Amino acid sequence: MSRFVVAAVTWLVLALASLSASAAPERSTLTRVRESGELRWGGDLQGGEPYAYEDPAHPGTIVGFEVDVAAAIARRIGVRARFVQNDWSQLVPSLERGTFDVILNGLEVTRRLSGRGAFSRPYYVFTERLLARKDDPTVDGLASLAGKRVGTLANSLAYEILSGAPAPGPSPVLYEGVEEPYIDLARGRTDAVLLDDIIAARYGERHPELRVVGDIATGTYAVGVSPEDKDLLAAVDAALADSIDTGELERILRKASLWNARQAALRSPASATPEAPKTQPPSMSLSHAVLFLQAAGVTLLVSTLAMGLAVAIGLALAVARAYGPAFLARLAGVYVEIYRGTPVLLQLYLLYYGLASYVRFGAFTAAVIGLGMNYGAYEAEVYRAGIGAVPAGQMDAARALGMSTPLAVRRIVLPQAVRFALPNVTNDFIALLKDSSLVSVITVVELTKQMAITAVDVRSFLLPGLLCAGLYFAMSYPLSRWARGLELRLVRQ
Amino acid sequence: MISFARVTKRREGRDVLSAVSARFGRGEITAVVGPSGGGKTTLLRCVVGLDAFDAGEIQACGQSLGPGPAGAQKAALALVRRRVGLVFQAFHLFGHRTALGNVIEAPVHVKRASVALASERGRALLDKVGLGHRASAYPHELSGGEQQRVAIARALAMEPDVLLLDEPTSALDPERTAGLFEILGALREEGKTLVLVTHEMAFAARIADKVVVLHGGEVVEEGAPADVLRAPKDPRTRAFLAV
Repeated sequence: MSRFVVAAVTWLVLALASLSASAAPERSTLTRVRESGELRWGGDLQGGEPYAYEDPAHPGTIVGFEVDVAAAIARRIGVRARFVQNDWSQLVPSLERGTFDVILNGLEVTRRLSGRGAFSRPYYVFTERLLARKDDPTVDGLASLAGKRVGTLANSLAYEILSGAPAPGPSPVLYEGVEEPYIDLARGRTDAVLLDDIIAARYGERHPELRVVGDIATGTYAVGVSPEDKDLLAAVDAALADSIDTGELERILRKASLWNARQAALRSPASATPEAPKTQPPSMSLSHAVLFLQAAGVTLLVSTLAMGLAVAIGLALAVARAYGPAFLARLAGVYVEIYRGTPVLLQLYLLYYGLASYVRFGAFTAAVIGLGMNYGAYEAEVYRAGIGAVPAGQMDAARALGMSTPLAVRRIVLPQAVRFALPNVTNDFIALLKDSSLVSVITVVELTKQMAITAVDVRSFLLPGLLCAGLYFAMSYPLSRWARGLELRLVRQ
Repeated sequence: MISFARVTKRREGRDVLSAVSARFGRGEITAVVGPSGGGKTTLLRCVVGLDAFDAGEIQACGQSLGPGPAGAQKAALALVRRRVGLVFQAFHLFGHRTALGNVIEAPVHVKRASVALASERGRALLDKVGLGHRASAYPHELSGGEQQRVAIARALAMEPDVLLLDEPTSALDPERTAGLFEILGALREEGKTLVLVTHEMAFAARIADKVVVLHGGEVVEEGAPADVLRAPKDPRTRAFLAV
């Protein structure tokens, strides 16, 4: 056992090391950009309008003011701009990996990111806008948020402001898209949302239930470049300066209805460029480990509750298919096919956001129900196979003794079917333990999400990744041992 | 006690039972004999509604069963199953229950007897079939003969008036057949009606009060074992008995 763990960890370290080695640049990025004739810029289409998004009139075409900014920069370097899709909260790690040459996607100049990537001069000045519900007068500023649930994006300036507020501060709820925080706020799942004014104006203020509390901070968007790429940074800065001087940037911003008086500050780079703190990136500490343990607890709790639900649903479906009247059996079959045939991620989205106007589950409840209903479909098949493995004579014998079908199913068939199914049920539980990481899309911070947040924080995936893997293993391995023991005990009967 | 009146059952276009009429008298031991595939097992299964039939009528313990699915005659079948026990050829003991667990399952969950009372009676029944010491063994730990005796005890636990046994000697060596003979003899002393399906003529001749020969789904001959088995009249019986 311990030898296996050592081997597994060694393998993982080697694999990760080879990954980072292959990412090391061999020559200047600017040279490579010029040679290949294209500037690859990273962004997330899920950030939506007006940044970079799919043109609703021409699907497959990307539009947005940042598309124009990227084109303006690339033209001045003498190349074409090529968009690379990437999860927004992971833009900086991807830049370090060399997935693209620059980040150009509402990248906020924050203390957390300074030193990790180099920032160009800003191309937009935004404010952090606080929104709350009209029927909730208690939110009137940052200080009023103590103890309240405040929606924002992970690794954003707003998140930094919220988590940096003096204790007892607000508890941030992290989203991956810009539409969802306002849906949840309108439905009362959170108390406020703090996000960039661009986002608030487009996604938040159109909700009739919501009101603007105010702007509580100013920030800037800049192009993110790897710290080694000094010549690329200089080229981007020069290109931006030229765009500002020629008025092209203003035209771009006006076209997107983003121009306002604040943007005048873009002309003087010194005033808009933030101080670059010289602090070292934080390293993994005990407080991180505590957060990981808490997140592992969430993972275990979500998985266990979801599995309990899945077992109940699975048994009901399997019994309905094997013994129910024809229409119920068909209905159960349809349930299984639909839930098996569509991604659980989609089911979680639909359950949490899609049904938000009809049923208002909390995120945790939705996570348990969503995973439970999905795995219920798999359990149904497992138990169906188990029921099929119980010899028909068992049912005959029960009936000949005067048992009704429900009694015979409950007392004679199911107890034996579950024994046949047990190895697959364990297997499914371990799979569920890992699939539970998907519930981070509906704001539940579980182990994998915590890992991703911490990784950006400490600027390394290696240690958080290994710790995360170790915790998953520490949960699944005892489980499979226990299940093996249980199987052996039951087989002996 | 049980009578068949022109009972016909078809399966895949073939008559498994063809207008079978027969009587199984109270307190008698009747042996149903005949070649494999002659419909003997189906005959037993029809009595307790495990198989449906297509025409005719079965009278059992004062209840009348007609053609059609079991679901349609629930009440009558429930009464029949209370009073008629069936011991399967493969026994079908409940694999997840001990010998005693098998015996008390139906008394506790069908008759709603208390576990304590059912266990006391169950142990007595296991003693009676000579398996008192194996009460806590699981079916897979029991030999074929032991499993059969548990199956008999399980059927008797419901206090049936009639016991149907499908090929009771097939899992037994000659020595154990003697043990079974004793158990069945004791049951006749208690006044139980026994119907057993067998193709072991010596066993049938020794134990039965009456023999019914079932051949190709038809009753071809019936009568006292001495007459039917030693001096068969029907040529099909003669061919089967090879006399």
